[in-house]
Amino acid sequence: MIADKRPPLNRGNVTGSDRLAALLPWLAGGVFGTIVAVFLLLGYFALPVLFDGNITLFSPIWRPEQGQYGIMAMVMASVMLAILASLIALPLAVGICGLCLFPQYRRIAALLRALMRLMAGVPTVVYGIAAVFLLVPWLRDTLHYGSGFCLLAAILMVVILILPVMIMLLDSHCRVLMQQLYPTASALGMTSSQIILHLILPSSRPVLAASTLLGLSRAIGDTLLPLMLAGNAPQLSANLLDSMRTLTAHIALVLATDSHSAEYNSLFAAGLLLLSVSTVTTILIRTITTRSGARSPQS
Amino acid sequence: MISSRLFHLWCLFSALLLLSVVGLLLGFIVVKGYPAMGVTLYFGQTAPLDGLLGLAPIWDGIWPACVGTLSVVSLALLLALFPGIGCGIWLAQSAPSRCRELLTLAVDILAGFPSILMGLFGFTLILLLRQYLLPNANTSLLLSATCLALLILPYLAVTTRTALLALPPSLMITAQALGMSRSQTLGYVLLPQAIRGISGGIMLAFGRAAEDTAVIMLTGAVANAGLPGGLFERYEALPFTIFYYSAQYQSEDELQLAFGAALTLLFITAGLFSLASALLHRTTGNTL
Repeated sequence: MIADKRPPLNRGNVTGSDRLAALLPWLAGGVFGTIVAVFLLLGYFALPVLFDGNITLFSPIWRPEQGQYGIMAMVMASVMLAILASLIALPLAVGICGLCLFPQYRRIAALLRALMRLMAGVPTVVYGIAAVFLLVPWLRDTLHYGSGFCLLAAILMVVILILPVMIMLLDSHCRVLMQQLYPTASALGMTSSQIILHLILPSSRPVLAASTLLGLSRAIGDTLLPLMLAGNAPQLSANLLDSMRTLTAHIALVLATDSHSAEYNSLFAAGLLLLSVSTVTTILIRTITTRSGARSPQS
Repeated sequence: MISSRLFHLWCLFSALLLLSVVGLLLGFIVVKGYPAMGVTLYFGQTAPLDGLLGLAPIWDGIWPACVGTLSVVSLALLLALFPGIGCGIWLAQSAPSRCRELLTLAVDILAGFPSILMGLFGFTLILLLRQYLLPNANTSLLLSATCLALLILPYLAVTTRTALLALPPSLMITAQALGMSRSQTLGYVLLPQAIRGISGGIMLAFGRAAEDTAVIMLTGAVANAGLPGGLFERYEALPFTIFYYSAQYQSEDELQLAFGAALTLLFITAGLFSLASALLHRTTGNTL
């Protein structure tokens, strides 16, 4: 179907007045330049901090009033949040994706896929406010420990936040596999659950790894949930019920309060850390998915 | 045998768990936000018409935040639309090369960025400007829109590229064989065919920009600014209003306001995302 508007007579050939097409490389180059500029600017501010010989940066003590700007406690909190959230989310994602593959649950699968799309559109701040008034009081009353604002609350909500992306990635890969393998395998007498558990899942190991990484990078990059739920005390602790502060929340908090430039240095270091982590995970995910021949995840 | 039974049960359990938890959370927002819905939620004690026309200030309503969100998102789209879509077209059209590989990688990396980094980028931009060009530069609507534009660029590029690659190659070949130039092929044949996918991408970008809080928190959103005053002024935005009042509410009324704003924002973004995924789903068979 060609649009009704007839193209004007082509004066000359392809090399003629090809303005639109000539513009494209410039636009693409501009986008690339912008992305490089983001990297350069963050690097420009962050690198001097790292080579400053600023010993306090790598200590776990954050006492800006005493000139101690350690961000290790925040690094630990971020790492704990990301690893635990993606480890909790993975079995759930496998379960839900598995359910979507059963032929007898076709209707439920359609409903679940619609729910995933809906969940992808729920703003984090809405999850946050719901958790502040539902999850936090519940944690406080059941555990009788602290105020309920703790890393565990943030972890539980981040699990819900990262599940849809992980499931969508797994589902898009496993559905194709199921279509290919199901007829043969069921003719051999395997039940649906055996096919999914013994055939589909083992052969989608790379995609499982990629979706875990995707969840991990989303979890480490989320700001609002840790900021609203984790309590934000800059302390090093192994107890999930303690109030903790992640790197992202730290950036938001320091910039929200008018602080002086010495504290900004710790921000740039935190930003550079986040930047490296997200870049490395993106490259890893790409490598894994292209190597295994799976469709690369769409943002 | 037993393991596959257990796996079957685990599948049912995890789906049920997710359904109930998400149902509980969203149901809670609806139940708490619904009573707040009404003219007073948006305009407070000001007459709606005066508030709409900006004749009277609105003190205890979320209308200014709605307008602020709308303006910052529209501006961000305006900034990102041409580069994003152009970049997507170029990625779909150009011959395989080192350049294309590099740009695809860059777009992917940008898509995986935590949004707080965009906010930090905006903040460092202001620091840089203060150092070298404008000593009194400050966070503003324009800065937020710029950072949001960066955030949604990859969405536009990726969806445009996917929509174009999903078209049958015969279209392109036929158009070229009929003597159309590359621009004509794009303008008259390929883009009209891919318009569903591209508009789906625009909706997705719109929703993503509307829900983001981390970026605007660092680059110019404040709790009390009234209607947006200009590009270089600070402004109110829905997500920031929700965040602010959920932590700093002084009275039951302000909490109501936060839940009302949350329900409003939920409706907007959920609507946009469903529409976007319907459009994208039909064109390419891809989920988001």
